[in-house]
Amino acid sequence: MNGLRVPVSSNDHILGSDDAPVTMVEYGDYECPHCGAAHPVVKALMERFNEDLRYVYRHFPLTQIHPHAEAAAETAEFAALYQRFWQMHDLLFENQDRLSMSFLFSAAETLDLPIRRLQEVLRSGETSRKVRADFMGGVRSGVNGTPTFFINNRRHNGGYSFGELSEAIESQGRISRAA
Amino acid sequence: MAVLSAGTPAPDFTLRVTPDQDLSLKELLGRPVVLAFYPADWSPVCGDQMALYNEVLPEFQRFGAEIAGISVDGAWCHAAYVKHNHIHFPLLSDFEPKGEVAKRYGAYRAKEGVCERALFVINEEGIIHWSYCSPIAVNPGAEGILEALEELTGSKKGNQNERLKSAS
Repeated sequence: MNGLRVPVSSNDHILGSDDAPVTMVEYGDYECPHCGAAHPVVKALMERFNEDLRYVYRHFPLTQIHPHAEAAAETAEFAALYQRFWQMHDLLFENQDRLSMSFLFSAAETLDLPIRRLQEVLRSGETSRKVRADFMGGVRSGVNGTPTFFINNRRHNGGYSFGELSEAIESQGRISRAA
Repeated sequence: MAVLSAGTPAPDFTLRVTPDQDLSLKELLGRPVVLAFYPADWSPVCGDQMALYNEVLPEFQRFGAEIAGISVDGAWCHAAYVKHNHIHFPLLSDFEPKGEVAKRYGAYRAKEGVCERALFVINEEGIIHWSYCSPIAVNPGAEGILEALEELTGSKKGNQNERLKSAS
């Protein structure tokens, strides 16, 4: 019940090299304060482990307690259509306490994305299928809250501090060089 | 105390579901029923089990299943909790006599005076098809429930051994 059921594929948002010995998959929610706190930790880990770490982000919005989480996730997917996923991802986490519609549109504007198209996408739910697919894949992998991390397909049951995640990554034992 | 296992008839009950309404197990039967006993309302929000089931609700409904949460919290407490977290399924109050229903399901922690974190998937005739008791601090997620519902609706007359195996 603790393994990643949906393998990392080209449908995923991936940072880092496919040759990295360690892959860390996060199931997250842009409006979840814990995910917001984990965001800079993930950045620091990417810096620390460099090409030894591949990072994948998947959506797990708890939409009933986080009213803006779904639209935020759909907006990130919209940005992905224009190869701007990670820029949008950062903007969303850095502004997670004000993810109103008007913020989503101004974020899209900042990234030079077509606002009218975003409007259409949010209305039609064009990108909602990807968000829901991420969510259900997470449920089937035993994700029970956010953030949930999988390190090389196994659920990380510890906390999301830099120390705990580093240790879990290092315990994979195939890290070639520690900066 | 071990939770009731697969193959056992689910004890019927009538509990408060709102401050002025009751709900019985037999009213829910005729379709698969998921009972989720849990320790308390108002546990930390993001990792909350009921918030997760709220999100997975459309999947449970795809199997034609009903889900109900059960804790020893009073009906007014549930009402506030439901409103605050926009919960779209019933939360039952095992409040008076306290924990009576949980005890009959083997899902009561007498020392703390709260329900276990125990899950039951009951078939449409009222027989427990699958049960699971999670460590109290661990949100068991929804995967076990979905697997049990798949089994139940995929092969309604699936053999007993498989049912028992899935309960272990």
